[in-house]
Amino acid sequence: MTRIDVGSVLRHSANLPYADLVTRPTGAAVRQCIERELEGLHRGDVALLDFSQIGMMDYSCADEVVAKLLLAYKHRDADLGYVVFHGITDAHLEAIEDVLHHHGLALVVHFADGAARLVGAVSDDERETWEHVRALGAAGAADVARAAGSEPEVIAELLGALHRRRLLRFDGESYSAPNVAHH
Amino acid sequence: MTAVITLPSSLNDLTFEQVLEQLAPHPPEEKVILDARHCTWASPYGLTALLTLAQTRQEKPTFLTPEDTDKSSYWVRAGFFKYAEELYDLQGNVPRARSSGESDVLLEVTPVNRSQDVHDVVERIQKQAEVILTNKLHLEPRAMMGFSMALSESCQNIVEHAGRGGWVMVQAYHYRKRLGRWAAEIAVCDAGIGFRKSLENGQRRPVTDRWSDGAALELAVVNGVSRYSDPGRGQGIKGIRGYIGRRGGKLAVRSGTARIAIVPAWDDDVPRRDNLPNFPGAQLQITIPENVGKTA
Repeated sequence: MTRIDVGSVLRHSANLPYADLVTRPTGAAVRQCIERELEGLHRGDVALLDFSQIGMMDYSCADEVVAKLLLAYKHRDADLGYVVFHGITDAHLEAIEDVLHHHGLALVVHFADGAARLVGAVSDDERETWEHVRALGAAGAADVARAAGSEPEVIAELLGALHRRRLLRFDGESYSAPNVAHH
Repeated sequence: MTAVITLPSSLNDLTFEQVLEQLAPHPPEEKVILDARHCTWASPYGLTALLTLAQTRQEKPTFLTPEDTDKSSYWVRAGFFKYAEELYDLQGNVPRARSSGESDVLLEVTPVNRSQDVHDVVERIQKQAEVILTNKLHLEPRAMMGFSMALSESCQNIVEHAGRGGWVMVQAYHYRKRLGRWAAEIAVCDAGIGFRKSLENGQRRPVTDRWSDGAALELAVVNGVSRYSDPGRGQGIKGIRGYIGRRGGKLAVRSGTARIAIVPAWDDDVPRRDNLPNFPGAQLQITIPENVGKTA
């Protein structure tokens, strides 16, 4: 797993002496630094973007850092790498949720207490399916369908869509949530 | 010839129109005197708009300061004279700033010229305003964050679109007349190119015969269209609209000859006004009322 401290990126790599992610130029500078670090990801790697040291984030910066980062990954091979967000608080969620919905994007957020959830533009069925996978640890479509009480074909389609959006990993047999809990 | 423009006794976003109406017949190269002697109160919008007005004049205007020094000491605390003395020929008494304990000025008049200024404004509002926003407006942490975001996005409009610097000020006050409760007001004014020209520069003018300052404001403020074609643009004002909607707040934006307002139930402002006296740039005001537990 690669851990990227966004606060450190802001102050050191982007060389900006602030704790808050505001303004587009700041967001663009931080994103470019993060993109350079993500270039080193290997197939199937998980990158943890840690926002613990970030104060607030405005809409413009959320668009530059979060949305544009995810958009750049959207059309690449789904297994190439996964980005998971950590240290997200209410101070960040307002702007992040807004830009994710605007672009039809979603991401996995791991909270400090170990809980994880999807944030952004996902349907109720997608969210429920993702929660089942997360609870099961690693599971094939049939197991998830059984847990969800749904048709396997319907669940298989939902799992495939979540995998293509990099919200689930797939090893050829089973799906799992990008996991950083043990790090 | 020198024209005398009389300021109303109470200067806010609505009464500032009286100033612009008086100013309209006088071209920028003409000398004007702004008579504030009988002005007893000015909102953040009034103070920042006065500085903006001076920037639109080619001949440095004269400013007659308020006669009541008790009242004008607030203008000093708000930081108005610090910048007014560069933009106006000040005549009259400028009182010394006196400490009045906890100030209701959350952010004194501050110039905004570049992105770094936005960072500074956001850091200062978070340090200075937390107590008042919590104790008087009863904003919970997420709402306080939204307040800072609205402030940040408003200031960024100057940096990204105006083409020249502008001003910001934030104040909390008891809004007796309309609300009967506390409110915080953010005012951001500039004398830049305005919404219409900004959209035209970005080739975002729609094909229509009814193109005007009002149409440009509606396109940007209501429909979230930016001069940039990037699909992520325009989210700042959209975010502000969402925030004020959730907080029962008010947003009013004036540019050129038009003004548009997102009007909450407690106010009776007009949603759109056209054919106003021309005033360059963009002037924005956000009002966030005290949380009385009815807003999400």
